[in-house]
Amino acid sequence: MEFGPHLVLALLEGSITAAVLALTAAGLAIVFGILRVVNVAHGEFFMLGAVIAWFVTTTLADVFGASPAVGFACAAIIAPLTTGLIAMLTDKLVLSRINYDPERTIVATIGLLYVLQQLTLMSFGPDARPVEAPFNTRIALPWPELGPNGWALSWPWGFGTTTYKLFVIVAAASVLVSLWLLLKHTRIGLIMRATEQDRDMATAFGVRVNRVYSRVFGLGAALAALGAVLVVPIQQAHYLMGGDPLLLSFIVVIIGGLGSVSGTVLAAVIIGLTDGIVSVFFSATLAKIIATVAVALVLVFRPQGLLGHRAP
Amino acid sequence: MGPDTRALAVHLAVIALLIGCWFVLPQYHTGNLARILVLATFASAYNLVFGYTGLLSLGHALFFAAGMYGLGIVMQHGGVSALPAWVFGVACAATVGLVTGALALRTSGVAFMIVTLMFAQAGYLCVLYFGDWTRGDEGFVIARTARNLIGIDLADERVRYFAGVCLFGSSLLGIGQLVRSGFGKTLIAIRENEERARMLGYDVQRCKLIAVVISAALAGAAGAAYALLFGYVGASFAAVQYSILPLLWTLLGGAGTTLGPLLGTLVMFYLVDYASDITDAYLLVVGVALILATLFLPQGIVGTLRRRVLRWLP
Repeated sequence: MEFGPHLVLALLEGSITAAVLALTAAGLAIVFGILRVVNVAHGEFFMLGAVIAWFVTTTLADVFGASPAVGFACAAIIAPLTTGLIAMLTDKLVLSRINYDPERTIVATIGLLYVLQQLTLMSFGPDARPVEAPFNTRIALPWPELGPNGWALSWPWGFGTTTYKLFVIVAAASVLVSLWLLLKHTRIGLIMRATEQDRDMATAFGVRVNRVYSRVFGLGAALAALGAVLVVPIQQAHYLMGGDPLLLSFIVVIIGGLGSVSGTVLAAVIIGLTDGIVSVFFSATLAKIIATVAVALVLVFRPQGLLGHRAP
Repeated sequence: MGPDTRALAVHLAVIALLIGCWFVLPQYHTGNLARILVLATFASAYNLVFGYTGLLSLGHALFFAAGMYGLGIVMQHGGVSALPAWVFGVACAATVGLVTGALALRTSGVAFMIVTLMFAQAGYLCVLYFGDWTRGDEGFVIARTARNLIGIDLADERVRYFAGVCLFGSSLLGIGQLVRSGFGKTLIAIRENEERARMLGYDVQRCKLIAVVISAALAGAAGAAYALLFGYVGASFAAVQYSILPLLWTLLGGAGTTLGPLLGTLVMFYLVDYASDITDAYLLVVGVALILATLFLPQGIVGTLRRRVLRWLP
């Protein structure tokens, strides 16, 4: 393949990364924005989503003989729901007891990271396991080429995508739009934004802040889990898969401006596409080194994020 | 006895106890203790920044690894002998501490935690990237013949143990002195109320930076000693886990107490040791301990003891 098709392919792969990353990072961003805590265990909620999706699809296929499409649809509902409930439970057992103290929360969620990861290792095992995509038709893509008879469409070998990959992008985008509508145009969103702006004032107006916190924490985890469900037919479920999404979500949330959801989504698109291109053309480790140093420097010199306005 | 003499007496008693352990404990446990002492030195270095200055760093593996690889690389590729290599390792860690500290200290709170985490992550990835020098994930073994200090074989069990006692003992006495000095009290003032310390005319940024550099150098000394005594240099020591562990040890033992890091390291080491006999998922113990420590023991074992019973503990 030549450079042009290669680049388009890299962009396509990049947009899948971007779509999943946007979902995961949006979860981290709302938790940071509203609870003002950094959830280090966010990547493990992502991992839980993938593992639960594997569990649901295999159980349905083995016991009821359900088709991959039915299994996947059920997984897309059950996995985020279960992960969200687990997150709400940890909120009740741990975070609310240390009163969402920012530093202690980081230490506690590091602990939670190990607990979730190791419990998965004990139950799910150390192997990577695949989940079958609900549909997976290959689409070959044409490429315009200047031949002896003028411009013509050629079909380079290996140049194409699948219906499922396109579905991931569309699904992630629609979830993000729903999230935006929820935040800006519903009563629940209003309460969430009120809590974000002034916790004490919200309490004075009868908002049960602790309940909002617990639900937002659950919602954040559910978004990560949903991102994982979408990506698990392309990747595989593995107990250590939470590390990269955590790091990338951090990067995205920081560059987008801590806590701002729209900035986060924009940053996810930029980082996802860059990641797609860089890892096709350069060494992945070098790309990660540059990305982590860049994030640290952004935080040092532009703490409000590249795009965000100054955080309160 | 004044508090200063009493603290010194307690520290000397602990060192004497550690020396005594060699003659009483079976070999398995002295072998463990040698490791624990080196790691406790690392935890003490972390404690200086976290417990005394109030800076929660999530990137101390960077300094530990800088010492370790600084020593390892010049010994392996440069054929340098043990002592100068160790000094070079410490210098590497101090330099890394100076550069990353100067940058990271421009932020505070959560941002500081993330920046230090990111720097350490970049350091870890660098170890993997420069595989020709570091042998990446696999790491490399320092030959036993190279591991001797003016003719003393550092791989010998007894030498290893007493080298551990020397390293930890001197860091304990050093930090004990430091935190009772004027500079140490300034650090505590910064931890308690940074604004007030600044108002009183202290150059807060400079003090914090000095604390980070001292801590980095000591962490590097521990890292270099670890490589020298146990003969292995590996990427896992640069990974995020080795930034979390000193935090856990310090937190569990008691942040801001001189003996907390040792006690925390001791307790966690044996917990993990027993857990790994039962299951592969021994990190579960680390996770549970972290959560329980934040929930129920925010001042750690020694800190709680000091508050409840023994008010005179250093």
